[in-house]
Amino acid sequence: MMASSYNAKDEDGHITVTGPGGGTLRSKKPENTAFKQQRLPAWQPILTAGTVLPAFFIIGLIFIPIGIGLYVTSNNIKEFEVDYTGVDMSSPCFNCSQNFSWNSTTPCTCTIPFFLEQPYESNVFMYYGLSNFYQNHRRYVKSRDDSQLNGDMTSLKEPSKECEPYAYHDNKPIAPCGAIANSMFNDTLELFYNDPNGTKVQIPLTNIGIAWWTDKHVKFKNPGAGEANQNLTAVFQGTTKPLNWRRPVYELDAAANNNGFINEDFIVWMRTAALPTFRKLYRIIKSPSNGMMPTMPRGNYTLEVVYNYPVRSFEGRKRMILSTISWMGGKNPFLGIAYITVGSVCFFLGVVLLIIHHKCGNRNNSADISN
Amino acid sequence: MLRWIRQQLGFDPPHQSETRTVYVANRFPQHGHYVPQRFADNRIISSKYTIWNFVPKNLFEQFRRIANFYFLIIFLVQLMIDTPTSPVTSGLPLFFVITVTAIKQGYEDWLRHKADNEVNGAPVFVVRSGSLVQTRSKNIRVGDIVRVAKDETFPVDLVLLSSDRADGTCHITTASLDGETNLKTHYSVAETSVCQSVSQLESLQAVVECQQPEADLYRFVGRITVTQHGEEIVRPLGPENLLLRGARLKNTKEIFGVAVYTGMESKMALNYKCKSQKRSAVEKSMNTFLIIYLGILLFEAILSTILKYAWQAEDKWDEPFYNQKTEQERNSSPILKFISDFLAFLVLYNFIIPISLYVTVEMQKFLGSFFIGWDLDLYHEESDQKAQVNTSDLNEELGQVEYVFTDKTGTLTENEMHFRECSINGTKYREVNGKLVPEGMTDDSPDGSMPHLIGEELLFLKAVSLCHTVQISYDQPDCMVGGGDPFSHANGFSSNHMEYYASSPDEKALVEAAKRIGVAFTCSSGDIMEIKTFGKSERYKLLHVLEFDADRRRMSVILQTPSGGTVLFTKGAESSILPFATGGEIEKTRLHVDEFALKGLRTLVVACRHFSPEEYIDVDRRLNAARTALQQREERLQEAFSYIERDLQLLGATGVEDKLQDKVQETIEALRLAGIKVWVLTGDKHETAVSVSLSCGHFHRTMNILELLQQRSDNECAEQLRILARRIKEDHVIQHGLVVDGASLSLALREHEKLFMEVCKNCSAVLCCRMAPLQKAKVVRLLKTSPEKPITLAIGDGANDVSMIQEAHVGIGIMGKEGRQAVRNSDYAIARFKFLAKLLLVHGHFYYIRIATLVQYFFYKNVCFITPQFLYQFFCLFSQQTLYDSVYLTLYNICFTSLPILVYSLFEQLVHPHVLQNKPGLYRDISKNSLLSFRTFLYWTLLGFCHAFVFFFGSYILMGEDTTLMGNGQMFGNWTFGTLVFTVMVITVTLKLALETHFWTWMNHFVTWGSIAFYFIFSLFYGGIIWPFLHTQDMYFVFVQLLSSGSAWFAIIIIVITCLFPDVVKKVFYRHLQPTSTQKSQSLSAPQTQALSCVESLCCYQHGQSGCSRLAHLLEQITGQCQASTNHCHTSSRNNRSWSDTENLYSNDRSILTLSPIEATHC
Repeated sequence: MMASSYNAKDEDGHITVTGPGGGTLRSKKPENTAFKQQRLPAWQPILTAGTVLPAFFIIGLIFIPIGIGLYVTSNNIKEFEVDYTGVDMSSPCFNCSQNFSWNSTTPCTCTIPFFLEQPYESNVFMYYGLSNFYQNHRRYVKSRDDSQLNGDMTSLKEPSKECEPYAYHDNKPIAPCGAIANSMFNDTLELFYNDPNGTKVQIPLTNIGIAWWTDKHVKFKNPGAGEANQNLTAVFQGTTKPLNWRRPVYELDAAANNNGFINEDFIVWMRTAALPTFRKLYRIIKSPSNGMMPTMPRGNYTLEVVYNYPVRSFEGRKRMILSTISWMGGKNPFLGIAYITVGSVCFFLGVVLLIIHHKCGNRNNSADISN
Repeated sequence: MLRWIRQQLGFDPPHQSETRTVYVANRFPQHGHYVPQRFADNRIISSKYTIWNFVPKNLFEQFRRIANFYFLIIFLVQLMIDTPTSPVTSGLPLFFVITVTAIKQGYEDWLRHKADNEVNGAPVFVVRSGSLVQTRSKNIRVGDIVRVAKDETFPVDLVLLSSDRADGTCHITTASLDGETNLKTHYSVAETSVCQSVSQLESLQAVVECQQPEADLYRFVGRITVTQHGEEIVRPLGPENLLLRGARLKNTKEIFGVAVYTGMESKMALNYKCKSQKRSAVEKSMNTFLIIYLGILLFEAILSTILKYAWQAEDKWDEPFYNQKTEQERNSSPILKFISDFLAFLVLYNFIIPISLYVTVEMQKFLGSFFIGWDLDLYHEESDQKAQVNTSDLNEELGQVEYVFTDKTGTLTENEMHFRECSINGTKYREVNGKLVPEGMTDDSPDGSMPHLIGEELLFLKAVSLCHTVQISYDQPDCMVGGGDPFSHANGFSSNHMEYYASSPDEKALVEAAKRIGVAFTCSSGDIMEIKTFGKSERYKLLHVLEFDADRRRMSVILQTPSGGTVLFTKGAESSILPFATGGEIEKTRLHVDEFALKGLRTLVVACRHFSPEEYIDVDRRLNAARTALQQREERLQEAFSYIERDLQLLGATGVEDKLQDKVQETIEALRLAGIKVWVLTGDKHETAVSVSLSCGHFHRTMNILELLQQRSDNECAEQLRILARRIKEDHVIQHGLVVDGASLSLALREHEKLFMEVCKNCSAVLCCRMAPLQKAKVVRLLKTSPEKPITLAIGDGANDVSMIQEAHVGIGIMGKEGRQAVRNSDYAIARFKFLAKLLLVHGHFYYIRIATLVQYFFYKNVCFITPQFLYQFFCLFSQQTLYDSVYLTLYNICFTSLPILVYSLFEQLVHPHVLQNKPGLYRDISKNSLLSFRTFLYWTLLGFCHAFVFFFGSYILMGEDTTLMGNGQMFGNWTFGTLVFTVMVITVTLKLALETHFWTWMNHFVTWGSIAFYFIFSLFYGGIIWPFLHTQDMYFVFVQLLSSGSAWFAIIIIVITCLFPDVVKKVFYRHLQPTSTQKSQSLSAPQTQALSCVESLCCYQHGQSGCSRLAHLLEQITGQCQASTNHCHTSSRNNRSWSDTENLYSNDRSILTLSPIEATHC
């Protein structure tokens, strides 16, 4: 107990005994300070209709325009979604999804045509979406070794035991270890524009800038990143690729600044999603530099999928999403609606309170307190 | 067996017999039966720990507390099984709490060690092998002869052997033991008192036999056997022979005494026992809430476990291809898995029981209690005493009191006695200008004429001036030194220089009055008492004193008159003397006594008895026999006393006035308005009590006073009670007051408790008179245990109130004239009764509101904290994934949300103190623990759940659309989601408290905005570094990324407002539609106190106030804008006195208000 039974006064008896005559000269009078007398100057707000009313109206007046603004912004964003899981017999990917096997060496490809009704201006963002995929499962979330991913040599050779059962294979350490890395999304998506004149133009996809800058440059590092003349193949010598991967980590991309642990597709995957239905940024379609043409004009397109990733075992779905973006992100009407609702309710309650205030205000002021 | 081990280890020394035998100077008999006895040494050990046992013992004590134990279990579970959070998250706070407490207790113990060493090492003089040896206090052994010089304290309990005075007496003061500052005379046995030098002591052969140590300061039974010239002389020893450790020698050069009780066996040490812990109603409801929360916790954990297994029955969920289990996990038995899952959920949700609640509550109580001691309004100028807090555990209980039990003498009254009237031999007299004037006569005797006193008057006055235990203190300190011949210096001093000291103020008043009238008690030395009747000295030899005790209610002295006769003077309550009187004007005196009592005077009856020589020899023999008895001495003394105190000749009666204390009437009225029932419990006779009750406003003239007096049998009592109950029912319009006396009360309590309670509850005032101390406690217990379980408060000033002070929920001691026993046993001590009003109405109200909100808020914020985690489990397959990062889990209660509530709970003032004091009715608003009722608890808990739902689903909808929230199209992960929920939560929870705060000092501003700012700064820092030694870097730049998203900002704002908005609306609606009287008075007080505006409260300070003025300057420099207002503050503070003298609203009681200039009221 903070206030223990110990009391210094009890000790008086055998420490210092002040006799009747030997009383202390100093007065015991407490100091008259604002603090000790609990008289600190203070603001004493009282929530009455009078004081809250302006706040209500202000909130109402500010929130409704903001809400409208947000709603309009969100509505202007264009979004297109294709489900290519291949559950239905009619789906082009049905065969691929049926005949899936981890060991197959020949990739299964399927082609999905779609039609964009509106032209997409400025940068278009291409996402893949998975459903029913629990990236937030505890066993999954912790199954990674951040120091290995940060380029630590010891962790490379001796992955943390959090990675179990994806830490060692054939007595070789797995790099990158863990369930997250092991289950990395490995479908390849390509987009083609079917020109009205019949030619099929591949749309250029950028895979740079899809991961957080800090992740790519600080949190994830290839082992031995500081050394000159870095040879990734040599660095990863003695490790083995994750079981489900087709290629080892040092062959993820041809470009040196996107290979190994700092491959952006890999980094994006490693940021585990909060909910079982999630999207991850796959590619960016940069707007053409001349700016006159829309990035993706209205018309027919083809999505070509190299179907590697099985989801049917857990009733998952795979989607490809194309979306434009505003300053507030993707299409999300929630914020706009919420602001409009709260603003209106505030305004409405403000009116109600105003009535109450006028009706009861007089009575309240004159009311006395009965003892 | 255990006992034997303990004895061997020296824990409890073997007590073979009822008595202990002490050989003076440890000269053991060479022959005969000598049983060596082991006594404790003279070390005082008040410390609890040693260096070696501190850690284990302290830990053991701390983990005996259920909350600490709970967290220890959680911690151990985390260590043992694979749990979602690291053991650090619960280990660190636990470690913090344990360490803080251990440091505090260790420091206190170190202080105790220091004090112990100082005491144990103090130099003392002991007679050893024929000479005076200086040694340390701790080396004194039982049987040592100790020398104590003037103004020294006694290092052990000593039996006085001799003093430097011939009669072997000495004077001591026991101020540090019981607070009585009067000088007390202690005696030595005649046979030993001659041994005044070391050499004489050397030849002393004596054995002291006495009882084993016991705590009662005023009881000592023993005898001393002195062997002189081959014959054994046995003398009785009583408390007057015992010098207690801690008392101080006065007016005596030096004494020698033999140590009988040493060290921890001394009476002083035995009295420092831990007081029994009282627990407040708030603490009880807190524990109930904790149990409810434990229920919620278990429910959530069980539900999650069951759902987990219902959901994960299929392999495709439990173990999809991307998330395989390890071999070990697969192979563990299902039951084990089930249990470990349950425990993991328990760990995940364990934060719902706030670990910091206890720490914060204790800190709040400890720090908050300082305000009572600091309060100027509770400071009594004349006696230079401020309020004293003995336990801080009961602060809030002061706001819950329903019954006040008050003592009368010294509590309602000043305990400052003035002699007013007397009745001598059937004639009434008044004292006028130092003369006794018979009733009906005017004071017409010319000045200077010799007042003539007839025989009865003179005898009466002599009786008054001789029958007492008053001590005299002279200005000349060595007046008494020539004690051998007290008459030699009779001319050496004038009576002006002497002052009387008495433990009973009545006696002092009587002796002073007798002196004024002409019979002055001038000197007492040894067994000689001297009085001067109009300048003529008379010497009486004091043969026996029959001390006062509460059962007999009288005291007597047996004196040898100068003429050689033996006479007994006795005085006491009329009920205990009149039955034994056989002569004198009994009937008239009885009438007069009743008249005195009606006027509110305290009455005493004086009587005498003349002994014939034969009678005296008989009396003397009986007394000596009783006094030397070792067994049943008390009983035998009672017997002897009642044998002696009979056949009395009634001399007369005295009436002494006890002045009412200041503002008693107002205080009682205020308490009554506050809905508190006031009971007066007194030992006085019923007429006196009723008249005091009337004069102090406890009884009104308009009240119908019911009486339950002098009931002799059960049936009679029951019948009377039924009549009273019927009368109450018949006229319920009038207020009723009940008078009960002790005897009737014990009858009523024995058989008819229910009926009695029924009557009592319907009376607005109850007066119990003729109460014994234990009866007072019994009444308190009766009320306390009645079905409604009301909160009781007992207030008193004397030793006779201690039992009720300890019995009541809150015990308050008055620092009065009757010693400090009540103060020491109380929970709070105040100097005057009138302070009770502020203590209850203001401090009690504040503390209650503060702690109630503190408790509710703590549960609320932890519901907010944990419910999102629970909800998240529905979205992560009940895999026990945490929503927040471990660091956030750990710091939420310790750092992010702890300070605002602590500051709130220290400074909150719902209503202005003066409004509270002047409108006692506001006290009813918080009665019956209303702020911690189940309804309010449910409201706060539901509010917590609602807020948690809004945080979680607000963020869920925002992120669950699985669109990007950033302008560059990148996505957030699970940690960002958790951080968003956490950020919203910290802000909402802090602002929720801000909504509850009515009193915004600069500190509230500082901690409220500071907490939020600290959260942001900390998060930026925590997420800004790749932390070495941590194996995950989950939070790296998560917070910055979150804040870089515009949507997230908009979401935070809208979620916070959505949470708080309904609460504000609810508050406003309730205030307008169903305002409580507290709320009404808030709006009343607001314009009058002219509260500061929000910004000004940040930067307005009292001029020159320590600490904050520097900050104020800083702020001034920063803002610049505040400059004007601060200056304004300073100027206005000089011109304006406090609110109290400006408006007539508070005209009620001005002097209680502080009239000091209050600063800043005008800004």
